[in-house]
Amino acid sequence: MTTTTATHPMAKYLRPGSEVTTFCPGCGDGVIAHSVLRAIDADGADMDDFVFVCGIGCAGWIPSPYFNADTLHTTHGRTLAFATGVKLAKPQTQVVVISGDGDLTAIGGNHLIHAARRDLDLTVICVNNRIYGMTGGQVAPTTPEGVKTATTPYGAEGRPFDLCRLVEAAGASYVARWTTAQPRFITRSVQRGMAHKGFAFIEVMTQCPVQFGKLSGEGSAVHMHEIMADRSVTLRQAEALDPADLPDKWVVGELVGATNVGKD
Amino acid sequence: MEPYRREIRIAGFGGQGVVLAGIVLARAGMLDGRQVVQNQSYGAEARGGGARAEVILADGPILYTDVLHPDVMLVMSQLACNKYGQDLATDGQLIIETELVSDVPIALQDRASGAPFTQMAQDTFERAIVANMVALGYCVGRTEVVTRESLIRAVEELVPAGTAELNLAAVAAGWELAPVPGLVHGSMSGPLPPLAGSASVVELDAS
Amino acid sequence: MPATVIPAEQRLLQGNVACAEGALAAGCSFFAGYPITPATEIAEHLARELPPRDGVFIQMEDEIASVAAIIGASWTGAKVMTATSGPGLSLMQENLGYAVGTETPCVIVDVQRGGPSTGIPAVPSQSDMVQVARGSHGDYETVAFAPSSAQEMFDLTVRAFDTAERLRTPVFLLADAAVGHMREIVTMPAQACAGVNRRVASVADNGAARFLDEQVAPMPLFGRGLKAHVTGSCHDEAGMRNVVDAEALDHYVRRLSGKIRRVRDDLVEVASGDTEDAEIILVGWGLVGRAAQAIATRARQQGQRVGWVRPITVWPFADVELVSLCREAKRVLVLENNMGQMLPYVQAAVGRYSEVDGLSPRILGALHRPTDVLEAMAA
Repeated sequence: MTTTTATHPMAKYLRPGSEVTTFCPGCGDGVIAHSVLRAIDADGADMDDFVFVCGIGCAGWIPSPYFNADTLHTTHGRTLAFATGVKLAKPQTQVVVISGDGDLTAIGGNHLIHAARRDLDLTVICVNNRIYGMTGGQVAPTTPEGVKTATTPYGAEGRPFDLCRLVEAAGASYVARWTTAQPRFITRSVQRGMAHKGFAFIEVMTQCPVQFGKLSGEGSAVHMHEIMADRSVTLRQAEALDPADLPDKWVVGELVGATNVGKD
Repeated sequence: MEPYRREIRIAGFGGQGVVLAGIVLARAGMLDGRQVVQNQSYGAEARGGGARAEVILADGPILYTDVLHPDVMLVMSQLACNKYGQDLATDGQLIIETELVSDVPIALQDRASGAPFTQMAQDTFERAIVANMVALGYCVGRTEVVTRESLIRAVEELVPAGTAELNLAAVAAGWELAPVPGLVHGSMSGPLPPLAGSASVVELDAS
Repeated sequence: MPATVIPAEQRLLQGNVACAEGALAAGCSFFAGYPITPATEIAEHLARELPPRDGVFIQMEDEIASVAAIIGASWTGAKVMTATSGPGLSLMQENLGYAVGTETPCVIVDVQRGGPSTGIPAVPSQSDMVQVARGSHGDYETVAFAPSSAQEMFDLTVRAFDTAERLRTPVFLLADAAVGHMREIVTMPAQACAGVNRRVASVADNGAARFLDEQVAPMPLFGRGLKAHVTGSCHDEAGMRNVVDAEALDHYVRRLSGKIRRVRDDLVEVASGDTEDAEIILVGWGLVGRAAQAIATRARQQGQRVGWVRPITVWPFADVELVSLCREAKRVLVLENNMGQMLPYVQAAVGRYSEVDGLSPRILGALHRPTDVLEAMAA
């Protein structure tokens, strides 16, 4: 293992001694970590110019401890409020938030809409696995209706959040959605989010085969990947679709502010 | 000998400038070289209900900071008079806004004086809002708890920018109105309504 | 360069404004808060005063976010503060534990009000003494100072900043609402505060402890190439997480507490008078402690042997000092504007030497009336 990671082109960005991750087999978090580091690499950025802020949940472990940079691993849900303090106190810092849907949108939902409203210059990567993975598969605000979870044995009620539309309405000036089936696009959006002066929100739909895959019947990581690729439609494709078919699709791409990037 | 200590309570309703009057008085006391504590009621009360400001002036450290038995009490509403009148020190002076306070408990009547500060502010300055300064001028003129010089300076420092002249004129008008200190019913240029004899006073006293 | 000399100045200041001025004097450059009676004047004053000094003021969406923001800012090197009252303090508790665990210097002002729950916002109460020490989960030590005047609102705010910086820990200013709203003469310092600054780690000392040093580890601030790993999970001296070994948690808890306990004597300050020959000693903190002094002084003038003790440092608790001041007294009467929060701690310390009981004011929220206290002393 060590030999493999040592020669990996992204290994230089990893905190020494943390090469073996605790992510479950098939988890998408490794792909997301890789996609973010590729963006930093492509920009030629210096890890010492970054502060990575993350919360509680599996995705919070992407930067902490694996990224070899300043990392602030916060209390559950308060990630964006901590990040706000870091950014305002030291505006020249590139503050990147990586956390899960439960952390950022359930317990942290109030901070999410306010950070978007302030349009503060943060890059937020919201890792959406549609479930609480770390605690063992409980319902999240992003869980599709009807899915049986550990705390919805009779099926989840209510519609899941459309996070991109939520933060757009709250004032985010760059919004994109991708899945772990499109890692190169994640990298591009992270680059564009970091270049953007304002609140950049990148939702990454990811597979959690151990919890969501098992409970929803979507199955293995490979099968979940196929489903994600199949569900993804671009904005243009979505416009051509029968509206009745849209709920089964995920609109991917740069949804807000594609033309804002690089402008103040 | 007891060290010098005077307690002043100003009470009325929100919007009368009761708290500002208290702060001005405290600052004047400070300019006189005294130790001061100024307390105020706050919160919902400051938004339309009762309002209260208190000032303690002393020649030494003020350790006990609540006003229990004011030596001087200025009441700008009947409610304030009813609520606080009984607290007045045995030899304290009660000063009333005579149009807004019609019923003074019998026990306090020989220690009460006052004038229609609000009406005067309206008539003289066309600004009822300076009633607090007219009352303060009257209060200081009558009780001399702070010097006139310090009061003037405190007003100049603390009233909103551009209103010093108006406020000082209001203070002066109140001052002129005040009877000579020590005389309860001295000669007054303003009308003083009868304080005794109304039925409600008897009821209040009986309750 | 010599420090800027500012002429000594006497100002009539509201306690809350004196606190805000104390923060500025101590070098506060970042404040995040949320409006709440009776603490709001602190935020309002700093909203005006920080931006012209290149400081940051932000009103956050709630108190949870407020304390999160100041912790984040503190990790960039800023001296930070928030101000709140009981309900807001309740909301802050989880993140206050985070500040303890991550050793983040910050100052939290709690201008206490009457509860439980919304209670009455402007009624003074000493209801949060235990909350500041035991409100967050887990074992930890707290530092809290209780001002009794506008002057102490200034002075103890400065001291809170210096202590937070020295110990890398949250420090509380536990104020009575009446002190926050009272106006008094405050003597501003003749010179700019020298100020204590936290020790900061550098790349050159890589390998040295960044956390869990009882002598206080230098702080690996962000943006200095130190690759700081900051987590509220159990961690080691390098900041690296260990959520497996009970021994690691034991080490984490003992080191964090030990850091405060070893300087306990430096932290504890107690004001007192007339205790030497006293038969009865009045104990009180904050504004009630000041009233206790007034009442004891009056009783003394009436020929009674009465003394007074006012712990200025509420946490760590002044148990040793209370024993030494009170052990010869027959009786210790603890005056508090609550139903008895300090009382059990005084009983635990002094109870084996003296009879200890407590007295609430006749109406919670008001100061004890001298006559009531004199009556209780005679009983």
